[in-house]
Amino acid sequence: MSSSLEQMYQQVILDHAKSPHGRGFVELAEGHLHGESHQINPTCGDEVTMRVEFDTADPKVPTISRVSWEGQGCSISQASLSVLTDLVTGAPVAESEHLGDLFRQLMQSRGKGLDEDREDELGDATAFTGVAQFPARIKCALLGWAALRDTLATSGVLAGPGAASQPPLDQPLSPQSPQENR
Amino acid sequence: MTTTDTVRAGLSATELAAVRADFPLLARTVRGGRPLVYLDSGATSQKPQVVLDTEVDFYEERNAAVHRGAHQLAEEATEAFEDARSAVARFVGADADEIVWTSGATAAINLVTYALSNATIGRGGEAARRFALAPGDEIVLTEAEHHANLVPWQELAARTGAVLRWFGVDDEGRIRVDEAASVITERTRVVAFTHASNVTGAITPVAPIVARAQEVGALTFLDACQSVPHLPVDLHALDVDFAAFSGHKMLGPTGVGALYGRRELLEALPPVTTGGSMIEVVTMTEASYMPPPQRFEAGTQAVAQIVGLGVAAQYLEELGMENVAAHEHDLAVEMLKIADVPGVRIIGPRTPEDRLAVVSFVVEGVHAHDVGQVLDAAGIAVRVGHHCAQPLHRRFGIAATARASASVYTTSEDVVAFREGLAGVRAFFSVD
Repeated sequence: MSSSLEQMYQQVILDHAKSPHGRGFVELAEGHLHGESHQINPTCGDEVTMRVEFDTADPKVPTISRVSWEGQGCSISQASLSVLTDLVTGAPVAESEHLGDLFRQLMQSRGKGLDEDREDELGDATAFTGVAQFPARIKCALLGWAALRDTLATSGVLAGPGAASQPPLDQPLSPQSPQENR
Repeated sequence: MTTTDTVRAGLSATELAAVRADFPLLARTVRGGRPLVYLDSGATSQKPQVVLDTEVDFYEERNAAVHRGAHQLAEEATEAFEDARSAVARFVGADADEIVWTSGATAAINLVTYALSNATIGRGGEAARRFALAPGDEIVLTEAEHHANLVPWQELAARTGAVLRWFGVDDEGRIRVDEAASVITERTRVVAFTHASNVTGAITPVAPIVARAQEVGALTFLDACQSVPHLPVDLHALDVDFAAFSGHKMLGPTGVGALYGRRELLEALPPVTTGGSMIEVVTMTEASYMPPPQRFEAGTQAVAQIVGLGVAAQYLEELGMENVAAHEHDLAVEMLKIADVPGVRIIGPRTPEDRLAVVSFVVEGVHAHDVGQVLDAAGIAVRVGHHCAQPLHRRFGIAATARASASVYTTSEDVVAFREGLAGVRAFFSVD
């Protein structure tokens, strides 16, 4: 097998794809703000429905308390959903948005990756660097992140009292527009 | 190329080598120097040098506006344009004035559905009344349709109040033609169906569907995109009312295709796209229109591509479509052996009779996208996804398949490389 193929299918991706984290809906905890998003990849029919629950005990810093999802798709989309679940569970909403931005930057890197600081923040998600060499597969990796972004936008969590007082992101955003799933 | 030295239909090794030499792209390598194994001809075919040369030659020697202007170049361009129409018409068993140029098969299908709409609202006058649809009229499709021969009919139904009905497919993906008597009813006005599925490769028995449609006075529309490049097709003999096919799947350029319509139907059909080149007399308030096919060819056509398509049709004609079909039948036999690869399940007929060398499949435990990626790393190009046929995939309870599809230049070595590549897929993903 060629090296670029193995760069794409890192062991960590194969492992996540085999036993994805967050897959399968769980009962929503009562009284918690939550959001849901359904995303499809129209070119291949991959799809995901994601549920995100928020902890708004501290209204200034809402956090993501739980992510669960149901979906079908290739190993890249499934592994990306799994890694996303690990990365953002327990994270402040602003941090999850920031991670999403970093991941979209990674997908635009054409396989070159990001600087060390940003890769440290992405953790396991840097395993997807090799995917960015294959333009047709970038949208597979972004499927879950598109669902997360949509969930944040539609749940109302961004409009909460904490939203206005969130500090600006300390990382520069990519000048290119992120690749959308639709 | 001559085929006279073979007795049995098909292509000899020498002939096949000569065909391949005609396709410059087949010589390139992919993914780090691997020879290309192109098995995505169902999506689009490669083009022989003679088609590429024809387009260049048109621009270098003959480029001018067709059907207008009296200068020599205009004459030559018009002649090349109309010669292409004759060549394509002859190739599919039609008369030249029954061939309407479009930007592709999708545009051809939309042309007919919007023309029926226009007839429904009274355009085209008395002659077009036969095309008018009323609420409750039925449009019959099949579960095997490409979205291009499905969505435009859905839209037509939504505009007119007509109702959609459809043939189901059996467990091998073959259209349940035995249901014709119940699916096609006295209320059926149009029956639109594919000649060969771009997913299963199954070839549709046209005659019983046409016979039943004629019994109830329904129009027939044949999606011939997958059949025209791979089988001898005689539209007059098939006796369908309309048909559509695209140029780029039959060794021709992109951006061009054709609508076939029986002459008396095209003569009665109102235009859809209007403007220059399709009118007779224009006043400030109204216009009268030219006879077909010009009535349906408003504006400037893709002339260089059309001339190239004419040459593509001639190229296939010279090979002989019986030979092309026999060659591809042999490839289908080879392709179907993937059923022996552990974990591989074919979606479509498992036997080579009445099917094309188009084989869709799933690999248990591995998503089609991942299958395609591993094959791609070995230089093997297949299609992955729903192939613009979501209802058919839903019928089989799957979201995506991988698909290998051949053309005249495909070799049995290509198919062997594909089978070998496929055999390594489950190991790569540690699936047992």
